[in-house]
Amino acid sequence: MNVLRPGPLAAALAALVAVFLMMPLVAVIPVSFTPTRYLSVPDAEWSLRHYRALVENPAWAEGAWLSIRIGVVASLVATGLALLFSLGIWMLQPRFAGILMGLALLPMVAPPVVSALTLYFFLITLSKVNSVVAYDTWAGVALAHAVMIAPFAVVLISVALAQVDRRIDLAARSMGAGLWTRITRVILPNIRFGILTALFLTFVLSWEEIGVTLFITSVDAVTLPRLMWMGLRDNIDPAIAAISVVLIVIVVAVVLTRTAVERGRARRQART
Amino acid sequence: MSQPSRFLLLVGPLLLFLAATYLVPFLGVMRWSVTLPEPGLGQYKAALGDPLVLTVFWRTLRICAVVTVAAVAAAYVITLLWVRGGPVQRLIVELCILIPFWISVLTRAFGWLALLSNKGLINGWLQALGILSEPLTLVRNEFGVIVGMTHFLIPFAVFPLASAMRSVDERVLMAARGMGAGRARIFWQVFVPMTKPGILGAGLVVFVFALGFFVTPAILGGGRSVMVAELIYLRIFQSPDWGLGAAISVILMLAVGILLAAMMRQVRQGASK
Repeated sequence: MNVLRPGPLAAALAALVAVFLMMPLVAVIPVSFTPTRYLSVPDAEWSLRHYRALVENPAWAEGAWLSIRIGVVASLVATGLALLFSLGIWMLQPRFAGILMGLALLPMVAPPVVSALTLYFFLITLSKVNSVVAYDTWAGVALAHAVMIAPFAVVLISVALAQVDRRIDLAARSMGAGLWTRITRVILPNIRFGILTALFLTFVLSWEEIGVTLFITSVDAVTLPRLMWMGLRDNIDPAIAAISVVLIVIVVAVVLTRTAVERGRARRQART
Repeated sequence: MSQPSRFLLLVGPLLLFLAATYLVPFLGVMRWSVTLPEPGLGQYKAALGDPLVLTVFWRTLRICAVVTVAAVAAAYVITLLWVRGGPVQRLIVELCILIPFWISVLTRAFGWLALLSNKGLINGWLQALGILSEPLTLVRNEFGVIVGMTHFLIPFAVFPLASAMRSVDERVLMAARGMGAGRARIFWQVFVPMTKPGILGAGLVVFVFALGFFVTPAILGGGRSVMVAELIYLRIFQSPDWGLGAAISVILMLAVGILLAAMMRQVRQGASK
């Protein structure tokens, strides 16, 4: 029984907060249809010119493609390393697990600007010895993103592992399964969903990363967020509104689909 | 395979990776802070004595404090509906939390620009309704920064609050009602005190996040209300003073470290109680 069902006052206040949360996302829609070259609200004439600009100016597609490549590489590297690490902590339960975990989570808890400066230092140092993984290169950005997103993968995979029943691993071990068999045949199938979630979240985090990217790129490795940043700083380009609408539509579609799928699953489970 | 070699094989790669890409370079940043432009602690003295830097520190603390209170209060209201509301309310609230959460910081900052700028929607409406003759300056100042940061951080405050609210024992609330307490009294004297750990946790998360904020203040502050993170960026890339930028970074890292240590102690004390 719900003793404390929120009353009309609580509902009204929450509605205000909900409006506040959605307001800026809705506001970009009319702005994206403005016929002018500056940020404004269209009054009579609506135009698609800024959407056309997204298609016609190759910089947008190049930025998006670069962000996808970086996101795929960075999320694979980060999730792979995080998977090994979390498996090690879970299976071997080392003595200083807390400290090791703290180290692994450092890039997530440190202020982003400090991480950005640190990775800037790292990449300009690397630039002195090679030109592939260096400042303002796509491989350098992917490496830096992998550092920033690895802690999130560690958290997600550790949470998934915490829900695995240790006894099934013990059973496998007592029947003579080696480390490799235990991992691939027993543990991994049980945390499949956690690994996929980690891959997805780390990709999204890299795809929209801007704080670190600003420090480690200048003119060559222009990711999509970096391109948006350049259009936002001085004269605000309404093409940013068009790309924002595209990104918002994608997120809304994904979130709605996920919610619908989860509700469907919950309903099926409730029935059985 | 022996225990230590298994350990190295599994735990080693990530730790080595982070040591090479993060720990060692951070030491390098620390070295910058005591060697550039000349060896010594001059940059720390400058950082803590320069009125401009101190102004930025104070502004950062002030903005973070306001944002923390605003974001936690707003998150509390909306989480209350998410946890205790009816099914429809829950669904709506969940969407209003998750959708902004997944949208990038740039898009959200841009949305506020579209709303708050001189030619933006809010000024447009107010002028069309005849309430204003001149546009209000809502952005490129501290107000814009506070609005944008609060908006960004509300979802982050929701998660700790939700877990605190879910762990409230329903029977305690029933007991309070059984003894004749009204709804307001149950809420303020029983429910809110029981969710206090969640409020503190949410406040700390928001405050720590806000301290290192860069993108939102840079866009919505428009260079007028610079916060610590933007100051570091400016010292590294615009008026190069790498030593000072590095020294401010080290100070910021220390501040966040102390806050997080305090939070860990709080959590441990809460657990032992």
